[in-house]
Amino acid sequence: MAVRTLTTRGSKQRQQHRLFWACLAAPGIIWLTLLFIVPFYTVLAIAGGRLNQLFGTPIAVWNPLQWSTTNLQGAWRDIAGSSAFIGPIILRTIWYTAVASVLCLIIAYPAAYFVARFSGRRKGIFLVLLIAPFWISYMMRMLAWIDLLQTNGYINKVLSFVGLGSPDWLGGHSYTVILGLVYGYIPYLILVLYAGLDRIDPALIEAGRDLGLGRARTFIRVTLPLSRQPILTGMLITVLPMLGDYFTNQLLSGARDTSMIGNLIEGQLSQPSAGQGAILSLLVLIVLLVPMMYYVVQTNRASRAAS
Amino acid sequence: MSTTAVSETVSTTGIGTGSSKPRLFRNPWRHPWFLEGFTWLYLIWSLAPIALAVLFSFNKGKSQATYQGLTWRWYWGDKVNSIWHNPQLHSAIFETLKLSAWTTLIAVPIGVAFALGINRWRGFLPSSFNFIMILSFVVPELIFGVAMFFVFTKMPGLRTIGLGNWAEVLGLVTWNVSWPAIIVQARLVTIGKQYEEASADLGCTQFQTMRRVMMPLLTPAIFASAILVFSGVIDDFVIVDLLSSNASNTPMSVIIYSTQHGGNGGPALNALATVMLLMSFVVAGLGYLGYRFMTRGQRVAEQALIAITGTE
Repeated sequence: MAVRTLTTRGSKQRQQHRLFWACLAAPGIIWLTLLFIVPFYTVLAIAGGRLNQLFGTPIAVWNPLQWSTTNLQGAWRDIAGSSAFIGPIILRTIWYTAVASVLCLIIAYPAAYFVARFSGRRKGIFLVLLIAPFWISYMMRMLAWIDLLQTNGYINKVLSFVGLGSPDWLGGHSYTVILGLVYGYIPYLILVLYAGLDRIDPALIEAGRDLGLGRARTFIRVTLPLSRQPILTGMLITVLPMLGDYFTNQLLSGARDTSMIGNLIEGQLSQPSAGQGAILSLLVLIVLLVPMMYYVVQTNRASRAAS
Repeated sequence: MSTTAVSETVSTTGIGTGSSKPRLFRNPWRHPWFLEGFTWLYLIWSLAPIALAVLFSFNKGKSQATYQGLTWRWYWGDKVNSIWHNPQLHSAIFETLKLSAWTTLIAVPIGVAFALGINRWRGFLPSSFNFIMILSFVVPELIFGVAMFFVFTKMPGLRTIGLGNWAEVLGLVTWNVSWPAIIVQARLVTIGKQYEEASADLGCTQFQTMRRVMMPLLTPAIFASAILVFSGVIDDFVIVDLLSSNASNTPMSVIIYSTQHGGNGGPALNALATVMLLMSFVVAGLGYLGYRFMTRGQRVAEQALIAITGTE
């Protein structure tokens, strides 16, 4: 009898607890529903909607049963049809992103590795310098390169002094855009790599050495496998924003033949063809859903492992 | 017997590392000079352009490419195109500050409460919203911005808000609410449940436990996330670019972008960017000092540095 009263009180208390936690979470849940879920539903409604016959402006259709595939077919014609102009842009986006993110990794890993493992007592200074770009606005960092890459800028002065001529860096070249992407997103990658490498237990590396592995082989057999996770997360953190980047490209090139998918979407927003912008951003979202899910699952697993 | 065993192990290790290199190159504890040089090169590459951009903000001439001597011209000397005299430039500074303050004030409380609730309230609804929150953290900003743009221009009801200040704040809060939510959840995991249980055992109500026990324990995490949100809004570009409607609600990053892209760049933009840089560094410095003060005796300097970047 006593036991029963105890349990009923317990469950009542637990219900009160649940209500308390639910009330705390409620504002966030309502906010995310109204301003995250509803916006993406709006994109769906516009993508599945009709076009104004006169102006070609998109009309949102809110009932999913009435959605049409007109916009989707239009987008598909532009991606893969005979007059396709989006196909090459998509390929270019993938190409730029791949090159830029690999370059990011090649530059970031050794620097993060050095600071995490060998900087010793100077770690604080190195960290401040590594983190500094994180606090410098992206626009300022692009502006800095625009200044340097002007036709009469300092880069060209050095180049022509050495006798290498003075290229028109800002005249719409792939290499300038890729440089901008690498420079823009590398600080985030470096921080993730540093945090991951710093967490590796030095005892494991020493064990590798004690068991007779040389420096290089300890790195390949011990450090590298242990840094796989930070590398993957870091690459995601650089690749995802690169795929939605339009400003780096606009500032450092602005030319049509270097434009990426982000430029296409952004350019269509203010146009009557905004409906196609909606379709394209949905397609990008669908393609990125798998890597994003991967990231979410990893984050969840990491926090569960910590608890 | 044992000596032979030891010498055998030693000799096998010798074979393991066995290479024909001279002894000098086999010192396992030598300093990795190559790596250090590489790191310094990286740091110079990443920071020298910024230093030059700051220098150009003091340039005597109109050039952004050649140094011509020092002036304050682009800060207030020039009657037309200095930060002081060009209304577009100085209103952008206040716009940025306004957006940062509002976003921090709204996003941090919502995010912290959300983290506390979601972390303890088990079930399908909370876990799916936790998923959505992390999704909002990783979705590319352009895709999110496009959705926001459409909701404020096409969705009945929200359409009445229109583009401008309100849309910018609402968009920025949604984009940044995941910072406090993620950081506080991570901190909750490391704190564990024992403090809460102890305070419940000692007769505290849930509200008292929250106020007297959890809040003090969470203060550094909340503070760090507020710093991140504030500086994140200073640096934010995509959302404010898509959601601003006219000059009166255009913050610094968008002014720099559109003016430079429109071909009207000049040292005044560098001056504006330098102001932005100073603001970010002040926020970061305050964040670092504040975080160190709050976690004094618990964490070393390096951890505080990493914590205020949200990478921990």
